[in-house]
Amino acid sequence: MRTLPEPFAAWFAGRGWAPRAHQLALLEAARRGESALLVAPTGGGKTLAGFLPSLIDLHEAPRDGLHTLYISPLKALAVDIARNLTAPVEEMGLPIRIETRTGDTPQNRRARQRENPPNFLLTTPESLALLLTLPDAGSFFGGLAAVVVDEIHAIAGTKRGDQLALGLARLGTLAPGARRVGLSATVAHPDPLRRYLSPTGGVQDVALVVGEGGAEPRLDILLPDGRLPWGGHMGLASMPEVYRRIREAGVTIVFVNTRAQSELCFQALWKMNDDNLPIGLHHGSLTVEQRRKVEAAMAAGRLRAVVATASLDLGIDWGAVDQVVQVGAPKGVARLLQRIGRANHRMDEASEAVLVPANRFEVIECTAARQAIAAHELDGDPPRPGGLDVLAQHILACAVAGPFLPDDLYAEVTRAAPYARLARRDFDDALRFVEDGGYALQSYDRFRKLFRDAQGYVHVKTTAVARQLRMNLGTIVETPLMKVRLRGGGVLGEVEEWFVSTLTPGDCFIFAGQLLRFEGLDTTACLVTRGGEGEPRVPAYAGSRMPLTTYLAARVRAILADPKAWKALPAPVQEWLRLQQKQSELPPRDGLLVETFPRGEKWFLVAYCFEGRLAHQSLGMLVTKRMEKLGMAPLGYLATDYVLAAWCAFEPTGVERLFEEDILGEELEEWMAESSMLRRTFRNIATIAGLIEKNHPGQEKSGRQMTMNADLIYDVLRKHEPDHILLRATRQEAAAGLTDVARIGLILARAKAGGIRHRALDRVSPLAVPALIEEGREWVAGGAEDALLAEAEALVADATLGTDAFNEVLANVTEAIPPRGDRDRVRRPRDRDRNRRYNRFVRTAPKNLGS
Amino acid sequence: MTAAPLHMAGQRLMLDPAGVCTWPAQKLLAVTDLHLEKGSHFASRGQFVPPYDTRETLDRLGAVIRKWNPQKLVLMGDSFHDRHGCARLPPADCATLKRLLEGREVTWLLGNHDPEPPEGLPGTAVTELRIGAILFRHEADPARLPLGVIEVSGHFHPKATMPVRGGGVTRPCFLTDGRRLMLPAFGAFTGGLDIRDPAIARLFHRGGRAFLIGQERLYSFATGPLRGAMRAMEAEAASAP
Repeated sequence: MRTLPEPFAAWFAGRGWAPRAHQLALLEAARRGESALLVAPTGGGKTLAGFLPSLIDLHEAPRDGLHTLYISPLKALAVDIARNLTAPVEEMGLPIRIETRTGDTPQNRRARQRENPPNFLLTTPESLALLLTLPDAGSFFGGLAAVVVDEIHAIAGTKRGDQLALGLARLGTLAPGARRVGLSATVAHPDPLRRYLSPTGGVQDVALVVGEGGAEPRLDILLPDGRLPWGGHMGLASMPEVYRRIREAGVTIVFVNTRAQSELCFQALWKMNDDNLPIGLHHGSLTVEQRRKVEAAMAAGRLRAVVATASLDLGIDWGAVDQVVQVGAPKGVARLLQRIGRANHRMDEASEAVLVPANRFEVIECTAARQAIAAHELDGDPPRPGGLDVLAQHILACAVAGPFLPDDLYAEVTRAAPYARLARRDFDDALRFVEDGGYALQSYDRFRKLFRDAQGYVHVKTTAVARQLRMNLGTIVETPLMKVRLRGGGVLGEVEEWFVSTLTPGDCFIFAGQLLRFEGLDTTACLVTRGGEGEPRVPAYAGSRMPLTTYLAARVRAILADPKAWKALPAPVQEWLRLQQKQSELPPRDGLLVETFPRGEKWFLVAYCFEGRLAHQSLGMLVTKRMEKLGMAPLGYLATDYVLAAWCAFEPTGVERLFEEDILGEELEEWMAESSMLRRTFRNIATIAGLIEKNHPGQEKSGRQMTMNADLIYDVLRKHEPDHILLRATRQEAAAGLTDVARIGLILARAKAGGIRHRALDRVSPLAVPALIEEGREWVAGGAEDALLAEAEALVADATLGTDAFNEVLANVTEAIPPRGDRDRVRRPRDRDRNRRYNRFVRTAPKNLGS
Repeated sequence: MTAAPLHMAGQRLMLDPAGVCTWPAQKLLAVTDLHLEKGSHFASRGQFVPPYDTRETLDRLGAVIRKWNPQKLVLMGDSFHDRHGCARLPPADCATLKRLLEGREVTWLLGNHDPEPPEGLPGTAVTELRIGAILFRHEADPARLPLGVIEVSGHFHPKATMPVRGGGVTRPCFLTDGRRLMLPAFGAFTGGLDIRDPAIARLFHRGGRAFLIGQERLYSFATGPLRGAMRAMEAEAASAP
């Protein structure tokens, strides 16, 4: 193996460094002109390894023009890397100009970059997509020698990843000689990433370089003093111990799973913060300025701790983080490892991490995750096919860049790994969708965006189309948000619109680490003042909770099924499992345990599926539909990451019929129509594909009026053209595991293969308790919406003895509220006679007028 | 579907969960904000939303017209999404619409989206329609109503959220305070404006009652000051041992 040439060797030696093996290996690969994927833990000098060949190349043969393109999922990362690279370049006097280009880059600098490109351009997938729509993209990228994709494990497999893959395929056409370098954290399966990086979609033409492993992380599990909670996900019971840990360490990141949890933990820590430790808060709904402020304070060492969500999973290297605390179950091994890696970005020192399970099931999950990390096993999702919505956007972007032949573009697109198996029919339908909507009813002919010339080239019809596309490029779709503004003050951040819609003036809630009182709406924002009385609510965000990964779920099942493995668990948890063994039985490794028992004038059914909350939610919808058909009179259900619990009026018998694979048939069709998850999926797809605009030229400010409600489009399209490409894309996404249908399939297959163990008990089993504690705090809306409305209306009538007023107690019953003690929250079944008493405004009317 | 009777100024109006209001004594059916040809309007700006909205809206309108068989039909404005909407009606949809209007006394109230009378369709176009105590207009007038006059309007596409277990359910709604009645938008592609938005709230500053549209019936709750009174009751109940 060769060593570094001068002046690089001297520069390394000057800092007391020796080039690492993987840095030299990447250099070798570059000399051979090969693409390469580097898999190494954080802190291994990965970024420098990626740039070293380019630095040396330009040192040996200086030239003008773009040489290396660096793409990172984070703007901040691109900016930070640019700063870090500038140091060696200046110290060695290399003739290299480095610039960044992101959404924040001012217009005049962008124009200058186009005329006189830097040698290294550091950018994001979105900015690359924009660059590729420029008519001079060919000359701009023509001389490209290398493309470096950072944090590739975090991009591949997402929609941004699809967009980047298509962009890389485009670059492959514009600059066929450019080699590619992928930089990845440790992953379970590197081959899909090699395929993703490859210019042909094949594994063989990307060399795999594995960096030496760092020191093993030190991983503790922290239990609260006193009783171990049965339920809840917030982990607030452990906050005193977490606070103690923060006080004893230098700098701590406290990772939590949801924004609501971050607000609550932040509040809890400050309540006991007698030492006035500087503790900050960081989550994705805070304003950018606030997040930057916290990040800067952290980097400058002014904070002792920051409570953060996934918004800090990736990011610039702070160096000085001493420990990571994970509150709540980790949900996935790779994700946990990424978070642990945020402590001590120095490879030779062990990362310190503490897991803080919030309830008994989470203790088992944390134990499983710790064992997986010790065994060097990771979870990873298999690659899914690229989205047709992203393809549609790309096709329009290509047309904006210049005329193309459909055959050529199809060939280019299928060189991107996510689209390697793209059917020609899907490509043609996506193209037709871009042209005129692609509807069977061809009424938009005169509005078409594209036209074909005599040679078959596809052109954009007007320049307005290009402007419209550039304003809406990208694959990040946000749920409708509303700004939170202090009356007479600034904006604190954004919460989801639906949360605001459940507030009445006077309600208080916790946001941005403050107690706020809702005052009212103005045209653009939710107005608040500081302070407020009563029990505060916490905004929850749809879909913000990560479901348990399949891999970790399997490990949890294995621990449960094997009493010998319980030694690793704390005594109260062992005790709990032994009790379960005695009173019912343990969920088998294969097969499905279903318990039924009466409680509080209702019958409960608890199924131990272990496929994550999202899958259980959908399964709950399907199973209760089936219960209805079988006459069990289901009243409701709830889903946790581990179990599905449903309750009904009559004893469930013949439970095997509830978990037959055919519920994915007819019940699924009904579910498709109602599922709020599929509606959300459709909304994202319609936005990315360009059916719904995020922005419209000339009307940037009045976005609300310009957008059309995706739910309405979904309903009309499902009814009139169920096979439209966007509905196909929605179903494809549902089936590919971005949502949950695939995992429901796993549950049903396991039930079929391993058999269903049905235990008819006379009372609740120990393992079912955590789920039942959640009853009433979690309810899955969807098809049951009308039933919920009726219930709310009837409850108002009951609670107020007919007084004409409205009950808001129900509004407060949300998942985000911490449990108030261990009160039994099982609700009395509704009194059927009273229920029938309609509101005095609503009575039956004659069928026909005047008859 | 079960319609709900609403008594205003001695008259009985019926609120149909399909999103229309009828006045049996007059054999009258009022519907607002059809926004026909909204799809093609968006398409002309480069957003190819499904071209089936007019068909869908007319299907639904046909169903309520068959159900109530009214003599008088009041289309309360914004019947077309823009002033050229009527000209863009596909021939088949145009024929359907004419069939629905045939033999009825049709009044087009002019709205902000369709300020001119539709060409080639039967009926008279006016800005307001007064029958007895009831005044139909497209957009509610914030000025005080003359004594004894009831205002029925559309324009704002009211929707409301009713808190239920685990969050809230949002639906288009009727909104009334006994003097005014605001109808939900009927068109297939019409969204909604929260009734707490200042534009609507200032019209109902004394509070009122919202009727959310359900699949088979309406669900109602009180809005406005009454909710504050309820909160006080709850606080009392909560502090009791």
